[in-house]
Amino acid sequence: MIEFKNVSKIYGDGTKAVDDVSFTINEGEFVVLIGTSGSGKTTTMRMINRMIDSTSGEILIDGKNIKDENAVELRRRIGYVIQQTGLMPHMTVYENIVMVPKLLKWDKDKMRETAERLLKRVDMGNEFLDRYPQELSGGQQQRIGVIRALAANQDIILMDEPFGALDPITRDALQELVKHLQEEMGRTVVFVTHDMDEALKLADKIAIMSEGKVIQYDTPDNILAAPANEFVESFLGEDRLQQRSTMQTVDQVMVKTPITVTSDMTLAESIRVMRDRRVDTLFVTDMHHVLQGVVDFEGINKNRKKAETVSEIMSHVYYVKSGTLLSSVADKMLKRGYKNIPVVNEAGKLEGLVTRASLVDIVYDTIWGDDEEVESIPLETTQYQESE
Amino acid sequence: MADFFANYGSQMMRLIWEHLYISMIALGLGVIVAVPLGIGLTRTGKLATAVIGLASILQTVPSLALLALMIPLFGIGQVPAIIALFIYSLLPILRNTYTGMRGVNPALVDAARGMGMTEMQLIRKVELPQAAPVIMAGIRLSGTYVIAWAALASYIGAGGLGDFIFNGLNLYIPELIIGGTIPVTLLALLVDFGLGMVEKKVTPRNQVSG
Ligand SMILES: Nc1ncnc2c1ncn2[C@@H]1O[C@H](COP(=O)(O)OP(=O)(O)OP(=O)(O)O)[C@@H](O)[C@H]1O
Ligand SMILES: [Mg+2]
Repeated sequence: MIEFKNVSKIYGDGTKAVDDVSFTINEGEFVVLIGTSGSGKTTTMRMINRMIDSTSGEILIDGKNIKDENAVELRRRIGYVIQQTGLMPHMTVYENIVMVPKLLKWDKDKMRETAERLLKRVDMGNEFLDRYPQELSGGQQQRIGVIRALAANQDIILMDEPFGALDPITRDALQELVKHLQEEMGRTVVFVTHDMDEALKLADKIAIMSEGKVIQYDTPDNILAAPANEFVESFLGEDRLQQRSTMQTVDQVMVKTPITVTSDMTLAESIRVMRDRRVDTLFVTDMHHVLQGVVDFEGINKNRKKAETVSEIMSHVYYVKSGTLLSSVADKMLKRGYKNIPVVNEAGKLEGLVTRASLVDIVYDTIWGDDEEVESIPLETTQYQESE
Repeated sequence: MADFFANYGSQMMRLIWEHLYISMIALGLGVIVAVPLGIGLTRTGKLATAVIGLASILQTVPSLALLALMIPLFGIGQVPAIIALFIYSLLPILRNTYTGMRGVNPALVDAARGMGMTEMQLIRKVELPQAAPVIMAGIRLSGTYVIAWAALASYIGAGGLGDFIFNGLNLYIPELIIGGTIPVTLLALLVDFGLGMVEKKVTPRNQVSG
């Protein structure tokens, strides 16, 4: 938990960059600081790892005032990602990834294992380990930047516009990756951006900053539902505020009883379930109904000689949390070609399944639902509204 | 030519050795002092300008005068010569170390510090490797200067190839002048080449052009 208590920062030249800011970031939360240029986002973030010392007020991490801690040791516990990647050009990818573990004097095997494991998590192979950063694409470089911040199991990660310099497609992929890693590993992330779409997509909570103050600090949904003032409204923009009314979450459309098997079930049993229930994909859960992965018909068929239980052959599955906006899921389904996306609750328990058929519902609602409205409104009014 | 080597060959070898010896000790001391000093200066504010200014002034003292000044302070011989050459070697190394360190991409320094490097680790693992080519260029420049100026060291009895040149001048023996000048030039080129190789070697991959 990170607590800001009446924190201010006045630079040497008298600039009041952060002005009496108080807010709390809970463990495992993804908090996005957003605001116009010069609103104090970077300063606020950098005070957490004492790259900047506050002028007044207190910052507590897990109840301890960070001023009482050795700055160097504090920083080794906090991951740090910046826009320019900050990868060391004279070090290989491997050396870059294990920079902090090396400072912490981990043994070689552990560092190697960590580097390989993390590289795999961002879909990069071991052949990258001996390359130099300038031999990677911008997106790959920032992947390394991200895993470097995770390598020493830092439980807090600070990111200052990490994807600002990337093209939209790469940015999109990295946003998803970071969100996933964060949820999976339960890390606390403080993320600076001035891109509202990015904030809405990633944040558990958004802190909207202006002139050194935090204007509103809440979940994206609450901010959209009740912007604190005109500044926040204008910052969100008309479009988003209008969209809000039509926003549905996955919970409203998901199938409540996806077909599942437990991970210890044999392949033969699974095939039988598939046949009985007329599906080609089964979601694998543990005894407590926590989602573990997915198996499909081809996978079972290919491995029926080699494997006994589904746990051996199940693969990772892309999932979303309950409460996720349907629009973002629909987007993913269409862009990525997912056939369906499971929905889990806070504890990871499988709650339901958004299928392609659910998309039909959205399309139906947006097209036919609107038409119904039009029909019920007299023609003149409709025209009036349109011209407005 | 053969005559010259027959008469002066062994003496020449000794003088070349002396020459190198004086120069390299002076340069070595210069590196030992100027590199840490240059690094230290990047950690101070105004002091840097003052110190580099002072070094620049020392540099403008005519070399012969500086050597002469050594006599009342340290007498004659190799020690005062080495001290004078050392003073001369300081400025290029100092200036290049300072500018090299200051020129390191601030994002790298920020990232390294933010990840929890101590100042020493930051210097050793990030700033020095990145600034190495610039620092080496300074050392290389000092190296060639020192070799050239060491020829004057014979003036205060330090030996070296200057002995040939001054004797040749005094006794009107052109062969001696040439026999001193050519090796000095070759030595300077050799040192320039050798340190140039080192410079290439320490250049981080991101700075290799091409
Ligand atoms: N080292 C500094 N010395 C003096 N003023 C500074 C310094 N760093 C930042 N400031 C000022 O403090 C204010 C807040 O800066 P900060 O970098 O926190 O803004 P930001 O919200 O991150 O902006 P941006 O979106 O442009 O990155 C700005 O007015 C900036 O000019
Ligand atoms: Mg900023």
